[in-house]
Amino acid sequence: MSDISDALHMAGQLVLHRDADLIEIVALSLHVSLSAVAIACLVGLPLGALLAITRFPGRGAVLTLVNALMGLPPVVVGLIVYLHLSRAGPLGFLGLLYTPTAMIIAQTILITPIVAALSRQVLEDLHAEYADQFRSFALSRRQTMQALIWDARYSLLTVALAGFGRAVAEVGAVMIVGGNIDHLTRVMTTAIALETSRGDLALAMALGMVLMALALGVNAAVHGVRLTAARQAHA
Amino acid sequence: MTDPDSITQQSGMALRVRDLAFRTGALTLLDGIDLSLQPTGITVVMGPNGAGKSLLLRLVHGLAAPTKGEISWGGALLSPMLTRRQSLVFQKPVLLRRSVAANVDFILRARGRRDRRARDAALARVGLSAEAARPARRLSGGQQQRLALARALVTGPDVLLMDEPTASLDPASVLMIERIVTDTAAQGTKILFVTHDIGQARRLADDVVFLQSGRLAEYSPAARFFDTPRSEAAQAYLAGRLRV
Repeated sequence: MSDISDALHMAGQLVLHRDADLIEIVALSLHVSLSAVAIACLVGLPLGALLAITRFPGRGAVLTLVNALMGLPPVVVGLIVYLHLSRAGPLGFLGLLYTPTAMIIAQTILITPIVAALSRQVLEDLHAEYADQFRSFALSRRQTMQALIWDARYSLLTVALAGFGRAVAEVGAVMIVGGNIDHLTRVMTTAIALETSRGDLALAMALGMVLMALALGVNAAVHGVRLTAARQAHA
Repeated sequence: MTDPDSITQQSGMALRVRDLAFRTGALTLLDGIDLSLQPTGITVVMGPNGAGKSLLLRLVHGLAAPTKGEISWGGALLSPMLTRRQSLVFQKPVLLRRSVAANVDFILRARGRRDRRARDAALARVGLSAEAARPARRLSGGQQQRLALARALVTGPDVLLMDEPTASLDPASVLMIERIVTDTAAQGTKILFVTHDIGQARRLADDVVFLQSGRLAEYSPAARFFDTPRSEAAQAYLAGRLRV
């Protein structure tokens, strides 16, 4: 019990004194995960919108596949990205293995299906409401997708948040393709795993606290935005 | 409207419907509809629930495809190009989750126009200038329907289709919308107006299409329709006699 309280005390000191290592790790974590979320949204939202408004043979199978990909195991994604980026792999010449870019790629692959599948559901529901009006407006498919994404923007924030939560909390993929290299590819989750195994519970706990605070903060911010939107009747 | 390309002015007939039918599964919802409407004025479409009034509007707007028959506007078969020159106002307005002004801007931009003056004029025309910055979904029911009307009119359609636009509105809102409709018709826009309200039909109609059980029971000039309806179905409807 005292170990935990000691660790908590030391963790609090690290956070309060803005420990340089801690800040570096948190900043890299945010950089990697936010970049992955941004790319996943750029790909996943239009894909979700397209799936929401189009009907084609095999659509059910595609939806099942996209939904299934939401549960991709991070270590498997890490392994696949590793095989592609390793020196002998097809993309080895890019020299990306053990870099933050490799970690962003792995996390993007992990969360794009989440963004696509969840946004598809949100946008399909909205499209059911708008479909006749949009057909009356004679909108193109692109105009329809853009309008749906814009009008569902507050709901889609929650989708992006789900992606961010998955990205920032996962450890398997970034450990494999990033290598957990100090001052280069060490992020919060890999650092927590490492420091725990080394017995440095204070740093692990401090990182855990920051991770929790981030998750709570982002959730609160999104909730606040949605409430404001609802008050303005835009949601 | 003085647009020389106006589909209502290219020929003597705004709308010609030939042997129109719509079936879904074993149900026949419209059958044997033949119509030739005048190029201007207000045509009111009447009939009891399930008569096929809204479906007829959807068909002539291209929102549904007929099982049989053909629809032409100004002598040309219905096409996406022609439906872009129509506007449809639904019974329940579908407003975007944006401001009042942004709702009107949306359709202008969709047609490749960024025209603040057109938007402001459309809002002024329906009495919503003061509400331009408000979220559209915060408007009252009557204001929402007027916004839908502004959005429908801002593109300068040749034909305005209205599907019971005043069905759930208070008398003041109904009056405002009727005034806008008559003004719009006076400027040359052809209007097809679906309503259950006999009083409203009397106030607005130049001619009346009366549907009964998916068939055309009568198409007459308004005065004749209300004074001496020929069909038994229209007589019963106007007299308030209930029929099954």
